[in-house]
Amino acid sequence: MPDSRRPRQVFKNLAAKIAAIPMILTATVVFVGGTLWTVLYSFTDSKLLPRENFVGLAQYERLWSSSKWIISIQNLFIYGVCMLVLSFVIGFVLAALLDQKIRFENTFRTIFLYPFALSFIVTGLVWQWILNPQFGIQGVVRDLGWENFTFDPLYNPDIVIYGILFAGLWQSTGLVMCLMLAGLRGIDEDIWKAARVDGIPMWKTYLFIVIPMMRPVLITTLVIVATGIVKVYDLVVAQTGGGPGIASEVPAKYVYDAMFLSQNLGQGFAASTMMLLAVIIVIVPWAYLEFGGRKRHG
Amino acid sequence: MASTAIDYAGAPAEPLPQELAGPRGARPRRLLSRRNIFLYGTLTVVAIYYLLPLYVMVVTSLKGMPEIRVGNIFAPPLEITFEPWVKAWSSACTGLNCDGLSRGFWNSVRITVPSVILSIAIASINGYALANWRFKGANTFFTILIVGAFIPYQVMLYPIVIILREMGIYGTLTGLVLVHTVFGMPILTLLFRNYFASVPEELFKAARVDGAGFWGIYFKIMLPMSLPIFVVAIILQVTGIWNDFLFGVVYTKPDVYPMTVQLNNIVNATQGVKEYNVNMAATIITGLVPLIVYFASGKLFVRGIAAGAVKG
Amino acid sequence: MGAVSVRNLCLNFGEVEVLKNLNLDIEEGEFLVLLGSSGCGKSTLLNCIAGLLDITDGQIFIKGRNVTWEQPKDRGIGMVFQSYALYPQMTVEGNLAFGLKNARVPKDEIARRVARAAEILHIEPLLKRKPAQLSGGQRQRVAIGRALVRDVDVFLFDEPLSNLDAKLRAELRVEIKRLHQQLENTTMIYVTHDQIEAMTLADRIAIMRSGAIQQLADPATIYNKPVNKYVAGFIGSPSINFIDGQLEIGSDPVFRAGETKISLARYQFSGNGPKPGAVTFGIRPEHIFIEKAASDQPFQAEVDVEVIEPMGADTLVWSRFNGSELRFRVDGQHPVKKGDRVMVGFDPARASVFDAQTEMRL
Repeated sequence: MPDSRRPRQVFKNLAAKIAAIPMILTATVVFVGGTLWTVLYSFTDSKLLPRENFVGLAQYERLWSSSKWIISIQNLFIYGVCMLVLSFVIGFVLAALLDQKIRFENTFRTIFLYPFALSFIVTGLVWQWILNPQFGIQGVVRDLGWENFTFDPLYNPDIVIYGILFAGLWQSTGLVMCLMLAGLRGIDEDIWKAARVDGIPMWKTYLFIVIPMMRPVLITTLVIVATGIVKVYDLVVAQTGGGPGIASEVPAKYVYDAMFLSQNLGQGFAASTMMLLAVIIVIVPWAYLEFGGRKRHG
Repeated sequence: MASTAIDYAGAPAEPLPQELAGPRGARPRRLLSRRNIFLYGTLTVVAIYYLLPLYVMVVTSLKGMPEIRVGNIFAPPLEITFEPWVKAWSSACTGLNCDGLSRGFWNSVRITVPSVILSIAIASINGYALANWRFKGANTFFTILIVGAFIPYQVMLYPIVIILREMGIYGTLTGLVLVHTVFGMPILTLLFRNYFASVPEELFKAARVDGAGFWGIYFKIMLPMSLPIFVVAIILQVTGIWNDFLFGVVYTKPDVYPMTVQLNNIVNATQGVKEYNVNMAATIITGLVPLIVYFASGKLFVRGIAAGAVKG
Repeated sequence: MGAVSVRNLCLNFGEVEVLKNLNLDIEEGEFLVLLGSSGCGKSTLLNCIAGLLDITDGQIFIKGRNVTWEQPKDRGIGMVFQSYALYPQMTVEGNLAFGLKNARVPKDEIARRVARAAEILHIEPLLKRKPAQLSGGQRQRVAIGRALVRDVDVFLFDEPLSNLDAKLRAELRVEIKRLHQQLENTTMIYVTHDQIEAMTLADRIAIMRSGAIQQLADPATIYNKPVNKYVAGFIGSPSINFIDGQLEIGSDPVFRAGETKISLARYQFSGNGPKPGAVTFGIRPEHIFIEKAASDQPFQAEVDVEVIEPMGADTLVWSRFNGSELRFRVDGQHPVKKGDRVMVGFDPARASVFDAQTEMRL
């Protein structure tokens, strides 16, 4: 116990305090300070440079009446829901298959995870090429004789976001699989034995016993995937540049374009504040479940 | 020990019959059971789906443009040419200059190396201070740091522009290195804090009794015994920083753009005829560094994301 | 044939032989304990009997039926695990009923069996709770209940009490014994590394070491007539004293260590009778008496007290006899202190003599 009456409190543990200065600066100046600054300036009419001319919610009204922003939100929603559902289902199935004491487990895992090591830019460009209507999958199938075959997601405004989803899934399902596999490996072997003695079929064991037991891993994965979805930016820039037209815009790109291309800082601040809000909506219930729950169980 | 003839004292008097009718040994198992066909079949199909883009990249980069125009993207090259690789490396145009990816590659090296060293040095010392030298308020700042990791970068983009401009390093490599150090801090600090916290406290106490101080314990005891976690951190940072696009495009100027930004500018440049083979060669070259790190590190890479994710 | 029979069972993991040509016959209604230190293969053997591990060679019979290739659920067994392995998201009732529901047992039959198991194990008030809300002892009762509702005659216990603290362990031990007496004709196979559990519960104990059974016998035989030096050293706490020396055969067989001679005239030699040569003489600490009581014993000697360990009820005394360490117990009230020279005595008929070469009992 530290003795509070001891003089020179400040100098106690001085080296540790000095070592923590970068963390303290990062936490206070960049994270807290930067966030508050952006939220504050989202209520101004800053253009090329930030200025303290407060205009209330005007930037937000403009934001929500901008069709580019609305499309960004719709895209993010479609991309997010599909990404969550598909990456969880595929990731879990792959993890469960790898958990069957199979041969070449390491080889398969290495193959499923390698896209995760790549940059979103690389991923976006490869899939841009594969989905190229002239030379890519569509072209190949047409050359095989199906002259009317159409598969050009990157050039069709209605489905362009699914083209991006394709690439996004390719890149991040491996991560979900890896986390799920870690979760499966954490399940007590005796549970499986007990279920076998009880004569419970494997799919029922997964569905009613194992998946409920993996709740912590599932929630953590959910938070990681969800925050990743909100941040999606590079993939779109590389794969479609937001096109055709503005059909594949996403919020993160809206922010960048407003701040650094169209000299409209206020819009950028408002849009990024909305993104922050979205993340808070994801994080707060999780933090409540995680930490509120921990207290309950002691 | 030699225990040849085992005497079952109290065993049944009658000798055990040696062999009885019915099944014996392991359950019969066919190599091609329906389960195995399903299991390996599914895994193989998915593996092919995962490998296909890599294959297409490589194949395309080795073809000449005429072959690409008439052929199939999945077909292996009829005539292998390394021309696209050479061009991608030394003379592809970004719209601003035409000296290829090599400039971006060296920029990325100049960004990645100091960023990795600086971020790991700061985070490991910080994690050590948090784990072993708790001081008042430390946990508050740490919590803010971890929560901050979930804030979308977009929220902090502009304030950092102002900070860097005030420091006079906006648009320079130094500025970008600093940004990577700041944003790498939450995950790395968590990684090191958890690792150092798992080192037996007795060891730490013994060192203190022997008169070692903050730095003495860090350099003489903690550092030598935590090599694996440093390797994990290096893998995490090298791939993360090399793959970064957003910070590169926001905080640097065109002549110091990292490789990813330059790659995107080459491939998505609007003017000129699209040279798909050069584009794919450039894409592979950019992906090569993280891929090499990934395949060389194997399990440590998995450990890195597990440490970052499951405990985060 | 008994309730459970194991014939020539071998199990290899790759190159490693985990179980080596095991044979075992367990009678109906018997309580058999598989005892050994960790890594001896006792849990592995149990898993093989349950069908949770595929064996390499051999056969397994349960109630006269060859179950070598059967699935665990079809073998007519119930199993209790060290980590309880309760399904955490289900209530106690759900845990008990889940297997039965899957086997499409009629609803009223499930209710009847769950009620019976709950009554036997005194867990009726817990039926609506989830495992996380139970104590370790309660959880293990539920785990036993899950085996009980399966209405089988063979129960397999895999170190069921190892996760509990000492007091609970003693309580549940008695309860398992009571359960065995209550359920007639129920065979129990129980794996443990705790010799007290083994001695108190077992009808017979099989002591295992590196995949082979060393001795299979009732607890008294294992304690009094260990078949080899390993078993002698494994059973008993504090462990048996070993004294190295020579077996000489004059008119009577005599154990000689240095100048000391111990007559083995009344010692019951096994099968082949005494054979001269190097031997190890084993005598349990609790069979050594001191002072007055020692003089009633056939053999006496004087030893110096080196260390004493008072344990309340009795005191463990460490001394030296012919260069070998000699431990013995004295009453806790008895005044002994370091440096005392005391007279000790014992009956060589209660000792065990092992061949120094083969380590087998003579």
